[in-house]
Amino acid sequence: MARTGTWLLMLPGLLWLGLLMVVPCLLVFVLIFFERGIYGGIDWQAPTLENVTRVFDPLYLSIFWDSAVIAGLSTLVALFIGYPAAYAIAKAPASRQTALLFLAILPFWTNYLIRTYAWIVLLNPAGLINTLLIWTGLRSEPLTLLYTKPAVVLGLVYSYTPFVILAIYSALQRLDPSYAEASRDLGAGAFQTFLRITLPLTAPGVAAGAVFVFVLSIGNFVMPNLLGGGKFQMVGNLIYDQFLSARDWPFGAALSALLIALMMLLLFAQAIASLRARGDHART
Amino acid sequence: MRALNGWLIAVYGFLYLPIAVLMVLSFNHSGLPTAWGGFSFEWYGKLLDNPKIIGAAWNSLVVATWATAISTVLGSLLALGVERSRPSASREALLFAPMIIPDIVLAIALLSFFTLIKFTLGLHSIVIAHVVFNLAFVCAVVRARLKSYDWSLNEASRDLGATAVATFFRITLPLIGPAVLAGALLAFTLSIDEFIIAYFTAGAGQSSTTLPMQIYAMIRFGVTPEINAMATLVMGVSFVMILAAQRLNKGRLPGT
Repeated sequence: MARTGTWLLMLPGLLWLGLLMVVPCLLVFVLIFFERGIYGGIDWQAPTLENVTRVFDPLYLSIFWDSAVIAGLSTLVALFIGYPAAYAIAKAPASRQTALLFLAILPFWTNYLIRTYAWIVLLNPAGLINTLLIWTGLRSEPLTLLYTKPAVVLGLVYSYTPFVILAIYSALQRLDPSYAEASRDLGAGAFQTFLRITLPLTAPGVAAGAVFVFVLSIGNFVMPNLLGGGKFQMVGNLIYDQFLSARDWPFGAALSALLIALMMLLLFAQAIASLRARGDHART
Repeated sequence: MRALNGWLIAVYGFLYLPIAVLMVLSFNHSGLPTAWGGFSFEWYGKLLDNPKIIGAAWNSLVVATWATAISTVLGSLLALGVERSRPSASREALLFAPMIIPDIVLAIALLSFFTLIKFTLGLHSIVIAHVVFNLAFVCAVVRARLKSYDWSLNEASRDLGATAVATFFRITLPLIGPAVLAGALLAFTLSIDEFIIAYFTAGAGQSSTTLPMQIYAMIRFGVTPEINAMATLVMGVSFVMILAAQRLNKGRLPGT
């Protein structure tokens, strides 16, 4: 096919992405350097650096820090749950692996508001868990489970564990089983083989899953609103407020820019790490 | 090994139990999560009598249909073009970005952009926004199929005198059809479930409220048995669509 032909095929799609993704994202970066208008909107006559400095105010930095802690915790728990599950799937008979993996990822494709709502049903004071606790006599009063930070972490873990399983499974599948066999032949125990051979060689998969969970968690505003009851702020809520209630778009844009910068840094670090891991692998 | 399998079963329990509880409760006559009042379709009846929910479901259907139609055409053409041109790192980045960009970032960027160019918000602006990420997913699914496509078939067709258009409709499309359909189903599922971007680009009013927006509004008020019924329906539809997409895609789950 002629070059102009392939260009014509790509043109509508690339234009759509350029005009409706690249341009709007660039616009967000431009917004940062202007003052908000009196009735919301932007005052294009008043360029300023104030939004940039305001983002680094300790108040907002602490919200970033809190969000990072919640996202980090969710990531660790999701890895802890997901790794053994992915390992079990990878060790299952080959004929069953696809079905097992499919079963693990299926919930990921359903509406996440509904999956979050399911936890509200389970966790609320008159919910199933509290009723069970009281019925079995373990507690006399209902526990406060909903609208807490652990509830937010639980919701995030629940939402993103399927992806961790997927990422680690594909790393385990690429792993050459002869490495582990060699290790066992040379006298290492099963646990030592896992710790010194399997785990380091699947590290890129772990990193990919971890970055994904962290990035999706830190910018999430639905979980803190629904399972946290809006009682504490995460970056996602803060950005949401600037755009939909405070109507301070330039400051919201500045917060988003910091969030994106943080994510780019993480994705970049992960890309470098996985390239390096591949390089090491090639040398050995 | 036995401990590992036990762990896997526990993980499946963790993933499916909340969903299962919701589904069971949707048939509970008492409407309470704690007392079984007998099997009933009462809440499904209430749901279908609620004009706000029906309206929102209709809006979601309209948005998902348009977004799917546009993104399937643009995404498939894009895939055909990309697979036949020289690799380009920046183009790959552009095609990958919509899949990883956080929803909230795309949402505020589009809201700012639409407001700046004084574009009226409504269902159509949600469609435009949804095409951005759907396009990338359709393109990825179709490209995966094109990797194993034998381009000499096209040359043979052209040599035998068929036009480029005839070759596309009689050779290429039938061969990549299942992947295109799988991409379309994936786009439809993503679009009908999408909440954050729709929430920001919908503008005000019930006339542009989609089903996830309606669900969000209801959940914030607390637990009502109607949501259980709706959740069961929505999940049923999603599961069927994903199963169909997986079948079409030769057993490969979209995204794997």
